[in-house]
Amino acid sequence: MPQKQINGFNIDINDEGYMTNHAQWNREVAAALAQEAGITLTDAHWRVLGFIDKDFKEKGVVAGMRRMNKVGGIPTKELYALFPDGPIKKAAKIAGYPKPASCV
Amino acid sequence: MKRLLILGAGTAGTMMANHLRKRVNPADWRMTLIDQYPKHYYQPGFLFMPFGLYSEADVVRPKRDFIPRGLDYVEGKVERIDAEKNRVRLASGGSLDYDLLIVATGAKTAPDQTEGMTEGDWRKRVFDFYTFEGATALRRALRDWQGGRLVVHISEMPIKCPVAPLEFSFLADWWLAQRGLREKTELTYVTPLSSAFTKPICSEVLGHLLRQKRIQVVTDFNIARVDNERHRIVSWDEKEVPYDLLVTVPTNMGDAVIERSGLGDELNFIPTDRHTLQSKEHPNVFAIGDATDLPASKAGSVAHFEAEVLTKNLLHAMREEPLEKDFDGHANCFIETGYGKAVLIDFNYEVQPVQGTFPLPGLGPFSLLKESRLNHWGKLAFRWIYWNVLLKAAPMPGIGHRMSRAGKQLPAEALQAGAAA
Ligand SMILES: Cc1cc2nc3c(=O)[nH]c(=O)nc-3n(C[C@H](O)[C@H](O)[C@H](O)COP(=O)(O)OP(=O)(O)OC[C@H]3O[C@@H](n4cnc5c(N)ncnc54)[C@H](O)[C@@H]3O)c2cc1C
Repeated sequence: MPQKQINGFNIDINDEGYMTNHAQWNREVAAALAQEAGITLTDAHWRVLGFIDKDFKEKGVVAGMRRMNKVGGIPTKELYALFPDGPIKKAAKIAGYPKPASCV
Repeated sequence: MKRLLILGAGTAGTMMANHLRKRVNPADWRMTLIDQYPKHYYQPGFLFMPFGLYSEADVVRPKRDFIPRGLDYVEGKVERIDAEKNRVRLASGGSLDYDLLIVATGAKTAPDQTEGMTEGDWRKRVFDFYTFEGATALRRALRDWQGGRLVVHISEMPIKCPVAPLEFSFLADWWLAQRGLREKTELTYVTPLSSAFTKPICSEVLGHLLRQKRIQVVTDFNIARVDNERHRIVSWDEKEVPYDLLVTVPTNMGDAVIERSGLGDELNFIPTDRHTLQSKEHPNVFAIGDATDLPASKAGSVAHFEAEVLTKNLLHAMREEPLEKDFDGHANCFIETGYGKAVLIDFNYEVQPVQGTFPLPGLGPFSLLKESRLNHWGKLAFRWIYWNVLLKAAPMPGIGHRMSRAGKQLPAEALQAGAAA
C-alpha cells in the first residue's frame, strides 16, 4: 500500500490518494489534503467535514448529497461552491474517508 | 400467546415467513404476514423485459403461492407503525399488536424526487426499468427506436441492484447491434459516482468492457432537473446531457410508511445493526432486505443471506437470549454483459469483488469477475432458483450466509479498509 508524507505526517493512501487508515487523520492532514485539491479550509468547509466524520462513524458510508442536505443542513449549491467538481468525493478525501462507491 | 408480525411479503418477508414457519411452535407464537398487493414480482427479471427476453408471465406470480399455511396472511396497507406502543395500524382501520416485528417493506423508485422527471417526457422519452410498468413501457419505446442518443442514468445512490444500470447498458449495446441500430445510436452511461466501476479490482478487470462496447461514460453527474423542453438532464453544476431516450434509475426510497412512523433516515431506510439486523432504536423491531440502511447491496441474494441470520436471531429474541452478530454483508450477483455472457461477483462488507471460482474452490463451475457463458446461464437459472428455492427458504447446499474466502484470489487491497467497522 502506498504511503506519503504530508505536512510532516505519514499517511497510508490508495492509488487515488484516499486515506486507507483513518486513525492517521487529523486537522493538519486535512488542511494539507485540501491544499492539494486547491481548497483553503474555512469554517464552512469544516462544517461539512465534521458532518461526514460524525455520519461515517454512525453509518459506515460517506453521506450522499441528499443526506448532507436533509440531515447535515448543507444546501447542495453551497456544497458545490465549497468543493467544486464532485463535492462528495473531494470532501470525502479531505475528511480521510473512502471515495463513495458502488459494489463493483 | 405472543405475536410476531412481518410487514411486507416481497422477497425478504416471504422468505422469513417460510423460515419461521418451519422453526417456531404455533402454540407459542402467532405469526402474521401483511402486504398490500396480491402479485409477487421477480424484480431481477425487469432487466430483461425491455429487450423482449422476458414477458409478464416470467416475472409475476400470485403472492399467496409462496406463503406457507399455518400463518395468518393479511392483505392490506400498513398505515403506521407505532413502535412505542408495539402496534401496527392498517389503512383499513384495524390494528395489530406485536411482541416482535420484522419490517420487510423494501425500497421503491421515487421519480418525483427529481425536478421535472415526471413531467412531459415521462414515459414518452424518459423511462425506468425498475418497475413492472416502467419496463413494459420501455419495451414499447425500444420497439420503435430508430437511433439517436440513448442515455442510461442513475439519479442517486443507493439503488437496488447497483449493477443493473450497467447490465442494461451492456444488453442495449448487444440488442442494438442485433437490430442493426448500434451505429445509429450514441450510448451514454451517466453516474453520480466518480467512475462506472468504483472498486479498484473491478475497474482493472472490467474497465475495458465499456470502451470495447463504445459506451460513453459521464461521471460525477448529480442530477438537479430534467429539462423536458430541451430533452436534457441537467446537473447541480449545470452540466447537461441531451437524450432522445432516457433510461433513468430514479431515486430509490423506503416506503412512505417508514417516514410516517418516524422510523427512517432521509431516504426512509431504517437504521439497522449491520451484523444482527436489529433496529438501532427499538430492540423488538428487526429489519431485512431493501428496507434497511445497511451498507450492503440492496439485492435478493443479500436478503436471502440476511434471512438465515435473522431467523437465528428471532429465535434468540423469542427465548430472550443474546443475538448473534453474524451477518457479514454477503452478496452474490450475476452481471449480464451481453452476447450471452455474464460476470459473477461474490463479496461482503470487508472483501471487494475479486477473481476466482464459485462456489467450489478451483472447480467453480462459475468464474468470479470474469465473463463466461456459464455465468450467463447462472443468471437465467437464478429465476428458477428464486421461485423454487429462495422464496420457499429451502436450503442451498454449499452456499452459506457467511462469504467464503476459499476459491478467491485475495490480494491485500481486496480487503477494503474503512468498510464496516
Ligand atoms: C431492475 C432490478 C434488477 C434486479 N436484479 C437483481 C439481481 O440480479 N439479483 C438480486 O439478487 N437482486 C436483484 N434486484 C433486487 C431485488 O429484487 C430486491 O433486492 C429484493 O426484491 C428486495 O426484497 P425486499 O423483500 O426487501 O423488498 P420487496 O421484494 O420489494 O418487497 C417489499 C414488499 O413490501 C410491501 N409493502 C411496502 N410497503 C407496504 C405497506 N405500507 N403496506 C403493506 N405492504 C407494503 C410491498 O408491496 C412489497 O411486496 C433487482 C431489482 C431491480 C428493481
